[in-house]
Amino acid sequence: MPAQSLVFDGVTKRFGGTAVVDDVSVAIEGGSLVALVGTSGSGKSTLLKTINRLVEPDAGRVLIDGSDVAEGPAPLLRRGIGYVFQGIGLFPHLTVAENVAIGARIAGRDADVAALLDLVALPRAMADRYPSALSGGQQQRVGIARALAPKPGVLLLDEAFGALDPVTRDTLGQEIRALHERLGLTTILVTHDMAEALLLATRVLVMQAGRIVGDASPRDLANGGGGEAAQSLMAVPRHQAERLRALEHGG
Amino acid sequence: MSAFFDAMGRVPPLLAQHVLLAGAALLLGMTISLPLAVWSARRPGVARVALGAASLVQTVPGLALLALFYPLLLWLSGLVGGGIPALGFLPALLALTLYAVLPILRNGVAGLGGIDPAVREAADAVGMTAAQKLRLIEAPLALPVVVAGIRTAAVWTIGAATLSTTVGQPSLGDMIFAGLQTQAWALVLAGCVAAAGLALAVDALIGLIERGLTRRRRGLWVTGVALLVAGLALATAPLWRHGGERTVVVGAKNFSEQYILARLIGDRLEKAGYLVEYRDGLGSAVVFGALSSGSVDVYVDYAGTIWTAEIKRTDTPPRAEMVAAIGDWAKRTRGVGLVGALGFENAYAFAMKSDRAAALGVTSLDDLVGRAPDLVLGSDLEFLDRPEWAAVRRAYPLRFARTAPYSPTFMYRALESGAADVISAFSSDGRIAADRLTVLSDPRGAIPGYDAILLVSPKRAADARFTAALRPLVGRIPVEVMREANYRVDRDTRKQTPEAAARWLAAKVGLK
Repeated sequence: MPAQSLVFDGVTKRFGGTAVVDDVSVAIEGGSLVALVGTSGSGKSTLLKTINRLVEPDAGRVLIDGSDVAEGPAPLLRRGIGYVFQGIGLFPHLTVAENVAIGARIAGRDADVAALLDLVALPRAMADRYPSALSGGQQQRVGIARALAPKPGVLLLDEAFGALDPVTRDTLGQEIRALHERLGLTTILVTHDMAEALLLATRVLVMQAGRIVGDASPRDLANGGGGEAAQSLMAVPRHQAERLRALEHGG
Repeated sequence: MSAFFDAMGRVPPLLAQHVLLAGAALLLGMTISLPLAVWSARRPGVARVALGAASLVQTVPGLALLALFYPLLLWLSGLVGGGIPALGFLPALLALTLYAVLPILRNGVAGLGGIDPAVREAADAVGMTAAQKLRLIEAPLALPVVVAGIRTAAVWTIGAATLSTTVGQPSLGDMIFAGLQTQAWALVLAGCVAAAGLALAVDALIGLIERGLTRRRRGLWVTGVALLVAGLALATAPLWRHGGERTVVVGAKNFSEQYILARLIGDRLEKAGYLVEYRDGLGSAVVFGALSSGSVDVYVDYAGTIWTAEIKRTDTPPRAEMVAAIGDWAKRTRGVGLVGALGFENAYAFAMKSDRAAALGVTSLDDLVGRAPDLVLGSDLEFLDRPEWAAVRRAYPLRFARTAPYSPTFMYRALESGAADVISAFSSDGRIAADRLTVLSDPRGAIPGYDAILLVSPKRAADARFTAALRPLVGRIPVEVMREANYRVDRDTRKQTPEAAARWLAAKVGLK
């Protein structure tokens, strides 16, 4: 099965009169790993949530493989879309195995919990533990396994690594990229960290005040492309890289 | 100590009723408050209204809440053309249910509101429907907090159920109210120990369930539930066997004479082959209604009370005429049967300490008019609101310095200690003779006659065997004998139980 494509068509969402997402239209090819980058309040999370209808847009449509997500009941749609977010949201009264299998359970199917734990590099012995006994990184791995359990075509990551330490964050990022390729997913990654976007994504969309103001490949961005807003976000990792290089050369 | 163990013997049937009432109220409270809590958790506006209303109910004293349901149900019953019992189980159940709602609702809202928003978001994101979210996520996570609310509600309900005695629903409160009235402290103690023990046991068991749920230890909460169910079954066991048609209910108001007469009546009915239950401590205003509706089968009332409070008459005909007129009225309007007058009168009688009356030169209500502004009137709890007091004041312009209501027993204490100068005593009260009180005469005939009359419910009025068992009591009890029987229960030393006094009375007047 070819990876699923994704289209935003004039998507708009207002909260109390202000347009948080303002008439966004963009097409995303099946199989791409797209980073949505922007400062806090730029509307990137809200745009992401219009895909699985955690946010219903006031205007416009979102299409997955050409069909409007607004058709049919939202729970059914969500069962085909993986969603991982900063809050993790593991169910504290369920074991790791029950958390991972929850998507299959509500759809009336079985899940291969052992294989899913292998997929996110968690020891199978953890299956019977409760989330409170796990570290933050381990919890987010369970979160990823839970999102991948129903074999989704689209994976949404909303600041999924934001609360983790830098080492765990980097490792998980690399693993997600590998999973993305192995499972043939279409992945959208929301982050405010331009460096993370550059190193993981195949395409970077820059958001500002509810609009997409930059759209470029990581290579273009590194070479000064993608527009003014994108380059202002590029300033931080670029400056950090220069200072690191200076340190290497003895200051 | 043996009085206490004797009193404990009365616990099982009352405990069964108590458990049934509190348990039913708790279950009904849960069926109302749990869906309401779910709704409130989704809509802040609903939560405000629901919690506000439940808190308001909680500020109404339990006794008042129970009392309010009587006129409410009476009115409702009138609206639908009768058939809704205004006394007994129903009003008690409704009042206690309202009491149980608040803690469950409040904890339910808190429990659902306390769920981590990230968990809710994840539940939505994995594709749960609203029903799946409630069943799989919200309900289990809120459960320990909800159970804590149920635990609070259970303890409150068990405590407040003691008050249901006053609306004619038997409970452990029967022992407390009766004991308080006759100063049988062993009875009060036994009632309190049983009610407190029940509350503590239920509290501990629900606590066990709560702990098991919080720590996710299945064994613990399953044990708790099993013990609770077994305990409930055991406690309500006395209700399982039922006499059906042969079970009759003898009513009594809340003073010694009524308890004694109820036992006297009950003993005769038992000899005639009936299974007898007692509803003690009924309010004067509710007991006639209870008889009319059939929740009480027989009790003793006083002619003047029916005359003024039920028929709303203000004239005072001679005693025999009044009794005959009451018999006609009761038959015609309520179908209630009048078996006859017992032979003595228990009228309101204004009484003073003899030395004080002599010093003030007061022998009649006329004499009292001039002295009243310097005196304190001690009355029973209802006298000042009764039509008799209004009638007395129409005839004698009495203006006391102060009036103070007491429960009857404490009214005599107040007179003795000087806290009250005049009291609204009862002419058949043994303490009048024992304390050598002066009873003031009523030269203007303002106080109506108070012949003790035996009244039976519409159903029992047609039961020949029932009325035949009671007829020997008619005209049989002189006031001196009633006074002495009352004194045996009311006196401070060598007190007798109403049962013993009833047996003494039966022997004294030669009833087999």
